[in-house]
Amino acid sequence: MPRIVVDVMPKPEILDPQGKAIVGALPRLGFTSFSSVRQGKRFELTVDGEVTEEILAQARDAAETLLSNPVIEDVVNVEVVEA
Amino acid sequence: MTELPLIGEAPGDASGASRLTGARIGVVTFPGTLDDRDAARAVRLAGGTAVELWHADTELGDVDAVVIPGGFSYGDYLRAGAIARFAPLMSRIIDAANSDAKLPVLGICNGFQILTESHLLPGSMIKNDHLKFMCRDQVLRVENSNTAWTLDYEAGQEITIPLKNQDGQYIADDKTLDALEAEGRVVFRYVGFNPNGSRRDIAGISNAAGNVVGLMPHPEHAVEVGFGPETVVSRETGIAGSGTDGLGFFTSVLNKIVGGAK
Repeated sequence: MPRIVVDVMPKPEILDPQGKAIVGALPRLGFTSFSSVRQGKRFELTVDGEVTEEILAQARDAAETLLSNPVIEDVVNVEVVEA
Repeated sequence: MTELPLIGEAPGDASGASRLTGARIGVVTFPGTLDDRDAARAVRLAGGTAVELWHADTELGDVDAVVIPGGFSYGDYLRAGAIARFAPLMSRIIDAANSDAKLPVLGICNGFQILTESHLLPGSMIKNDHLKFMCRDQVLRVENSNTAWTLDYEAGQEITIPLKNQDGQYIADDKTLDALEAEGRVVFRYVGFNPNGSRRDIAGISNAAGNVVGLMPHPEHAVEVGFGPETVVSRETGIAGSGTDGLGFFTSVLNKIVGGAK
């Protein structure tokens, strides 16, 4: 069954408190090569049958209206992944 | 149902009280709402009639104002308030708030988050800058006493009400913040201590018309002597929790409704 993957990230100009906490924890475990972390969200929308252009458009619409809040987040990727 | 304070005097005189009970304030319950009972009780203590509203209702019914209380609607899944925003009743509330009748709407905490997700108020809330849940008695300054929910306060008045949240950091771009300030739509600001990193110490805002107000702290938890924040009066009289600074939200909207300036 094909899935549509939607990736959502906090906008670049918005401080990401969770990412900041993670970047603070990394060196304590010996991971010292990473200067910054930003945490986003990945959604997997399963489609019964073929992914048509119309269904993909629906997914893009859902990504902008429900899956992300355009005030604080960007939809950075919408793509079809075959199972 | 009449409900008297467990400690202290019943508010208002009899004639005034009977007029106020005609004013009907709806209180919305979503799955995961916590503070609907407290909000309804605050409405009754202020002298009004509280009307229970359910998120799945398709009609708003006969109400003069609406409170969207705090809690964790839909477990804060996706983003705080994001799923509640699409409840059938929210569409009715959005229409009524934007209509010529300008239905007064107050969003508290999660209710504020629902109002920003609904685009009734600009900006958004993200996780507290220190990443911890915070619960404390918080001092606020009333910056605008002309909204439907702040008429009974003086501009510049400082009030103390409880604050309790995880995602309470108010953010918006500089252009939006400048516009809010210029139009007097910053209604409350944190005083002395910014508990969550909110831009420009903003604790609450209104829409342009002033009928829709949202804030993170909880006025409905500071309406009854014995159950509110500690105040100077508490220390002088030994009566614990004497702070009732939140009651003015509810008397403001009731006076506005009864005064016919709805």
